[in-house]
Amino acid sequence: MPALMYRRHVKTGSTMLLIAGALAMSACASKAPKELPPEPGPATTTQTTPPPSGPQPGSQADFVARMMGSDTIYFQLNEDTVDATDQAALSKQAQWLQQYPSKRATIEGHADERGTREYNLALGERRANAAKNYLISLGIDPSRLNTVSYGKERPIALGSDEASWAQNRRAVTVTID
Amino acid sequence: MKKIIHIAAFGLLLSGSVAAFAQSAPPVPAPQSVPTGQQAPADEDGGLQVTVSDDSDWQDLGIAITTFATDADVPTGTNAGSTAALGRALSQVVAADLKNNGLFKPSGPDGLPQPAYAQIQSPDFPTWSARAANMLVQGYVRAGAGGQITVGCYLYDVALKQQLVKGGWQVPPSDWRRAAHKCADMVYSRLSGESPFFDSKIAYIAETGPKDHRMKRLAIMDSDGANHRYLTSGQSTALTPRYSPDYSKILYLSYLNGQPSIYVYDLASNTQKLIARTGNPTMAPRWSPDGKWVLYSMASGGNTDIYRISSAGGGTPQRLTNTPGISIGGSYSPDGSQIVFESDRSGNQQIYVMNADGSNQHRISFFGGRSATPEWSPRGDQIAFTHVAGNLRIAVMNPSGGGLRHLTDSWQDEAPTWSPNGRIIQFFRTAKGAGTASIWQVDLTGRNERRLPTPVGASDPAWGPVRP
Repeated sequence: MPALMYRRHVKTGSTMLLIAGALAMSACASKAPKELPPEPGPATTTQTTPPPSGPQPGSQADFVARMMGSDTIYFQLNEDTVDATDQAALSKQAQWLQQYPSKRATIEGHADERGTREYNLALGERRANAAKNYLISLGIDPSRLNTVSYGKERPIALGSDEASWAQNRRAVTVTID
Repeated sequence: MKKIIHIAAFGLLLSGSVAAFAQSAPPVPAPQSVPTGQQAPADEDGGLQVTVSDDSDWQDLGIAITTFATDADVPTGTNAGSTAALGRALSQVVAADLKNNGLFKPSGPDGLPQPAYAQIQSPDFPTWSARAANMLVQGYVRAGAGGQITVGCYLYDVALKQQLVKGGWQVPPSDWRRAAHKCADMVYSRLSGESPFFDSKIAYIAETGPKDHRMKRLAIMDSDGANHRYLTSGQSTALTPRYSPDYSKILYLSYLNGQPSIYVYDLASNTQKLIARTGNPTMAPRWSPDGKWVLYSMASGGNTDIYRISSAGGGTPQRLTNTPGISIGGSYSPDGSQIVFESDRSGNQQIYVMNADGSNQHRISFFGGRSATPEWSPRGDQIAFTHVAGNLRIAVMNPSGGGLRHLTDSWQDEAPTWSPNGRIIQFFRTAKGAGTASIWQVDLTGRNERRLPTPVGASDPAWGPVRP
């Protein structure tokens, strides 16, 4: 529950975070080309040159850390509408993806448990596509984006209540290391 | 030698009145084994013609089920033990079949006299009259050549002192429970006038582990939960299986290649292959009643539509629906001419019917809430579905959308599947909170509901046809 509340606060305070994120990103953007050469590479390589602090730039861990919750967007019941909050989160994702143009991502679509299994698989796919289409509209090459639906099979909030269901109706962007 | 052998000398008598034969027959006729024949349907004048929607009289029908006798207590290749122990086990399976489905309240075999082998065809009627039994089930078991098991089953009307029906089957040791299911089917059919269903199997998803890391494996079992077997390891999530009409294959969804995709699993070779190489996620597989066609639903750009492809493989998939939104699932009418499916083209999940070629699509569900997962009864007279209005409940309606009846009233029941005779519905129930799934069944009255025994959590039951 505390984690859930934290997430919510992050979302409501997204304007401030966005500004901070944009500043951070514009700062990084100038350096970005230099950091591009290290391709995905085996994990051992990353261990031999540990970054002074935080995850390796351009990694999924870096993406998660930089998004601060914006790797996930949330939907209303049975909806796949991308609202203003979702748009802000997807813009943040797009900025990261533009910073690391060799990175691909999978968007995982999910549904809450209060629907039938097969329909929820299709609904999760529809939600993942809504997120994908918005990223494309922001200039991300469609060939970099995959979708997969898990329907109601992989909940993140485990309660059977409105707050949990709201957390589970989601599309999560996962970059591929 | 998996095939069950029906003994012709008995089978021929199923449709006739056989009292005279019973009186004059030798204690046990030498069984003549022949390949399975079609059992004659219950005779029109016979049986107690009672509709299942009023089962009050059934419960009062006293059926005594006795331990099956044997001519010689010898070892068998079964997991039940010697022929004497097997006789007891057989009668227990028969009693459980008849009791667990809510149609009868049988007594025995515990607490009842055990008839001797010689009495199987000439019951001690005064004893059973004194015990107020209306119906009497007796049987025998014998070990035959090559380890084969021969089982005979007799149903008597105690008041009339008359044999109503009898049957005999020769089975390999591993299939001994099938002989008991055949006996229960014979008794059930004769007394109810309905088609048999106990000798059938169920494919389902076995679930273990916590809600956020649940392993989902393809599994199969007999209609009573026995002979349980896992078919997949659980490394890839498996969902929504469907037995082929001949039990040789199972269609199901697997995340084996990352995307949810429909595979056809061959039970003889334990191999599987993709039903269609689409590059897109495929879901909700279904067989046509003749096994020649497969329906699947494919998502593309967030849209989902229903496709039909030959089950033999090859050929171009034919797109049956083409509307914005999600159209998914599909269940054929018994004659294969129509398909009932769900679609949210109107804004939320509702149930539609179309011709098998996709023409004449029209909505039939006009209730409050959402309506999903329609399954056409094998009898053709009803469509079972999940009604989502707050809670998820199992309901039935007729094929034109009228006659809505809710059969369950729990927090979350979904995905109905019909018994082969269209009289019982299985579904899965999810517990609020923990999310534990279990398979339940309910009859069409909605009054007789019970949980199926499964070794672990269970969902997505798919009931196959009655076995030949």
